[in-house]
Amino acid sequence: MAFLELANDYTVQVVVLGSAGIGGVSGALGCFAYLRRQSLMGDVVSHSSLLGIVLAFWLAFLITGESSRSLWVLMPGALLAGLASLLLSRFITRRTALKEDAGLGVMLAIFFGSGMMFLRYLQRSQPRVGGQSGLDQYLFGMAAAMTKADLWMIGVLGGLALFAMTLTWFRLKLITFDPQYAAGLGLRLGLYEVVLLSLLVIGIVIGLQIAGVVLMVSLLIAPASAARQWTSSLGSMVMLAAVIGAVTAASGAFISALVGSLPTGPVIVLLVTLVFLVSLIAAPGRGLIFRYRERRRVRVA
Amino acid sequence: MDATLSSHAIETRNLTVTYGAEPVLWNVDAQIPHRGMTGIIGPNGAGKSTLIKAILGIVPIAAGDVSLSAACGGPVEANSIGYVPQRNTVDWDFPTSVFDVVMMGTYGRLRWFQRPGKEQREETFAALEKVEMQDFARRQIGELSGGQQQRVFLARALVQNPSVYLMDEPFAGVDAKTEHALFEIMSRLREEDATVVMVHHDLTRVQQYFDHVVMLNRRLVASGPTRSTFSSASIEACYGVAGQSLVTTAC
Repeated sequence: MAFLELANDYTVQVVVLGSAGIGGVSGALGCFAYLRRQSLMGDVVSHSSLLGIVLAFWLAFLITGESSRSLWVLMPGALLAGLASLLLSRFITRRTALKEDAGLGVMLAIFFGSGMMFLRYLQRSQPRVGGQSGLDQYLFGMAAAMTKADLWMIGVLGGLALFAMTLTWFRLKLITFDPQYAAGLGLRLGLYEVVLLSLLVIGIVIGLQIAGVVLMVSLLIAPASAARQWTSSLGSMVMLAAVIGAVTAASGAFISALVGSLPTGPVIVLLVTLVFLVSLIAAPGRGLIFRYRERRRVRVA
Repeated sequence: MDATLSSHAIETRNLTVTYGAEPVLWNVDAQIPHRGMTGIIGPNGAGKSTLIKAILGIVPIAAGDVSLSAACGGPVEANSIGYVPQRNTVDWDFPTSVFDVVMMGTYGRLRWFQRPGKEQREETFAALEKVEMQDFARRQIGELSGGQQQRVFLARALVQNPSVYLMDEPFAGVDAKTEHALFEIMSRLREEDATVVMVHHDLTRVQQYFDHVVMLNRRLVASGPTRSTFSSASIEACYGVAGQSLVTTAC
């Protein structure tokens, strides 16, 4: 049977394991983006990282003469571009009268626009370099290309991010809930902002391979939005979001491996959105069904 | 810094704060004495909250300075100011419990990477008892009424066991019963020699509540003991309307 054969395939195991790891990390870290209302920021980081990926690929080619898609080459580029877009948007919103979302939108346009431009340029004018690059997969994600080395990279970065999150847990929670009070307590707000932003950027960038720059933000926000419906404690919300992210990413990657023509990103995103919709409708205490019943109960009484 | 013993808990000199190009506080020289209860009053947009935030150091100061001194002399650490922000500055749908919010008051004393332990839990519970919210400890904060939210914020400041309290409209949107209960707690703090400073809106209670007032309308209008400072002339200067009916002269 194709299903079992596939499940025993070593490459597929790597892909499913890697996707689960990515989904878990971005699901957990996404809770902070969700609670701080930073989904737009997440979208800007993921779109912007395309420029970093393309430039890192190009640079590596110029230096080594080979086209490499290793995450060890591309991810530093993605991290730098993602962070740069955030810092630049902060800079212009502080220095000008531009509002935050507009500043972010401008950066998305600049970074994603030039990322696409360089990508097409590499593919068309330098077919020897870019033609076979497979960088296209970063638009919508392609888990099948994941290697064991990538798995290590995901494990190390994701593990570090989760470790940093647990280490600073209480302060991250305070800063997310009430930043002004935190500042009044004498906590260094700027420092923890940078910690949180870096965690988010890491969570986004390691997910690009499976979800792609266009859809990555949903892997960050949807698990958190779904988890929030079921629980009222930050700890259990983060854990539940991690589980939702891991399970949907792994199943999405597996389905995409089973049906070779399906790109991984959209499949995963649709799965996680399905979980979100079910949560929105059925969750006790918050879901639509509960609210409908409550309203009827009030009307009858 | 001059190290002379200051008779004031909080002193601002030529304090100017701007948001963008707009000055919110202009050249404010205000003194808030040790102990007692001080009200910061003034019309909407007078910069009352901004004054508190400038004292706390959470908004950038454009010019002038703020100095804080402990009653015994010596410096004041950020952690020994109990800040009670306006209720509506946070998302009450945040997934957390009453207990966890109050425990946040202990975080200023924790070392890097230290987690709150048994000691912090006990302090948290004691503060909840002081505001009579111990039965709500495990409750989700989204289920609280406005008055209960205010009690939780006060408890969070109480946990810090500070010498100075800065409260931003603690009575806004709470019912009369809660206002009375909260004021009782604050009066007890005053008896324990704490300095209680609050932004206040309701002019009819000024004489009843405060030992000192700071009257503000972007600039300092008047500051000093309520008895001599809170007059119909100063109210008119501050609000631009006559305030005779609000001032009851001692008979």
